Amino acid sequence: MISKKVKIVNKAGLHTRPASMIVKLAAKYKSDFFIYKDGMEINGKSIIGVMTLAAAQGSELELTFDGPDEEAAAAEIVDFFNRGFDEEC
Amino acid sequence: MLKDKNNITKLTGIAAAPGIAIGKAYNYSKETFTIVEEKITNIDEALQNFELALEQSYKELSKILKLAQERMGEERAAIFEAHLMILQDQYLISTIKSRIVDEEKSPEFIIHDEISKYQQLLLNSEHVYLAERANDIEDIKNRLIKNYQRRRWVSRIVNDVIVIAKNLTPADTLLFSRCNVLGYITEQGGLTSHAAIVSRSLNLPAVVGAVDATKIINDDDLIIVDGYNGEIFINPSEDVIAIYKEKIKKIQAYNEKLAEIKNVPAKTLDGTKITILGNVDLKDEIENIIESGIEGVGLLRTEEIFLESGFIPSEDEQFEIYYKLSEKLYPSILTIRAFDVGGDKILPADIKEANPFLGWRGIRFLLDNPEIFKSQIRAVLRASVNGNIQFMLPMVSVLREVFKAKDLIQEVQKEFDEKGIKYDKNLKIGIMLEVPSVAVILEDFANYVDFISIGTNDLIQYLLAVDRGNSIVSELYDEFDPAVIEFLRRITHRALEVNLPVSICGQMASDLLALPILLGVGIRNLSIIPTALPAIKNAILNLSIDECKRIIERCVNYPHPDMVKKELQDFLNYKGLLYKE
Repeated sequence: MISKKVKIVNKAGLHTRPASMIVKLAAKYKSDFFIYKDGMEINGKSIIGVMTLAAAQGSELELTFDGPDEEAAAAEIVDFFNRGFDEEC
Repeated sequence: MLKDKNNITKLTGIAAAPGIAIGKAYNYSKETFTIVEEKITNIDEALQNFELALEQSYKELSKILKLAQERMGEERAAIFEAHLMILQDQYLISTIKSRIVDEEKSPEFIIHDEISKYQQLLLNSEHVYLAERANDIEDIKNRLIKNYQRRRWVSRIVNDVIVIAKNLTPADTLLFSRCNVLGYITEQGGLTSHAAIVSRSLNLPAVVGAVDATKIINDDDLIIVDGYNGEIFINPSEDVIAIYKEKIKKIQAYNEKLAEIKNVPAKTLDGTKITILGNVDLKDEIENIIESGIEGVGLLRTEEIFLESGFIPSEDEQFEIYYKLSEKLYPSILTIRAFDVGGDKILPADIKEANPFLGWRGIRFLLDNPEIFKSQIRAVLRASVNGNIQFMLPMVSVLREVFKAKDLIQEVQKEFDEKGIKYDKNLKIGIMLEVPSVAVILEDFANYVDFISIGTNDLIQYLLAVDRGNSIVSELYDEFDPAVIEFLRRITHRALEVNLPVSICGQMASDLLALPILLGVGIRNLSIIPTALPAIKNAILNLSIDECKRIIERCVNYPHPDMVKKELQDFLNYKGLLYKE
């Protein structure tokens, strides 16, 4: 299992568009993917879950990946967070 | 719940559709609006209905997404896209399903409980944008629950009941039309509410505006609905039941007598020919309607395809429907009205307007959605080869709407000419006269349209500035208002002067009481609810145009519509044309 800490850097936060992008990315991989925030555990493959993280700019999240392709999954998804979801920061 | 409901044995409301029915009550409002945590026994059925609710919600949202993309732009449409993703969220769906199996509780409770958790999390967010997303999730939740409950309702197959509801939407009535409902009682609504109109077209008794009916009447109470007098009896005595059973027999005998005139041409006593056409929905059995003696279709409502299919129908699907109808009706006329959406009618319920009746509806909606409109134009033109189709535009208020619509029609015609696709080159294009502005400059419209059909329901609403669905003011809405009568007279006279064919297809055309007025102002083409045909034709056979004209002279001078109604009632009674108990 891989565990990574990420920060929301874009202005708009984790809103509908990035949430759906994250779920689409996660769906490509077999590994389980969970997001933790303020003691909440969210299944990263669930759009309603990711949407409701309500993560605003500056929030810190922990991502875990567990499965046969966990390294590739972690690399791609963490990178997407770090790029600020390709939005204005 | 303040009243001791066991003591109430009679309620009164507005007599909205004639007839009498005796049967068990079915309280639809309770069915729809409460989410109860209860044990279920048939888990397989619950899971299956949940799947169907997901599917239906997905269909509805796809349709809304398409409209939203065309109208509101990609950004706002993205919200609906997210909604669609939620409906496919495997994690959410499997959680709900396994909870249904494990907890054996009503799915609507579990849907509500599970999705509300996420809403609460969003509401806790300090970020305004994100907190607002809670509303989106509320929409999804309600849609799913609504569709689940509808599905369960259908699967229960309730037959031979009298439906009691707060109010009925077009979608509700569509559901009921598949079951054997005996009559309707609603708390809200006036004579032109959806429940009233549908009941009349189905020939079922209805009482609307029955205050607190859903609170007072329980499931399985024995009910008598008297749609002539607006009375409802709750658990009546044997004596009362016997009296009403006798009345039902008499009504049947009266209807049988009317049926005998089926093949007699509709002419007044002085020999004036009146053409009686029918108002038809796509779901109606056209064979039965032709059989009833109707001389053609004066109004085919096409927007029902939206409701039925859940999708905007393709050009080919539409063509099939229109072509088959035109063949079955040939050589009688088939008047196809373009999709009339907006206002109180279906679809863009998710696009909220402060004033929907003055908003985005009818031709306005069509011109803003040229893809949808053109697919219908193409289907109508292709179907027109038999030469008995005419095309009608709804809710026209200004001349340039006619120009724009005709431009689109010409575009398609040009394309068809180039490709060698056949269509009726003499296809008549007309408009609904529903907005007073059209009447004001009718002679200008006459230069550009082939016919008009007066839609009284909306025309009266706009003329008197009354929202007929608003029970606070709906009392002002009255087809017998002297201003309405005078307005109809002016429209008909002006149309005659400029040689513009005029017919009437609103509710008023099917109202026996209004018939002397319509004949008196000069209307010779009626498009009515087919079930009203026997009574209307029987009256035509026994009236003369002169006496109708004399009635009008008196009626326009009355200060109150009730006096007009009294005059008409006395007149028809005197002529023996009203059903008497």
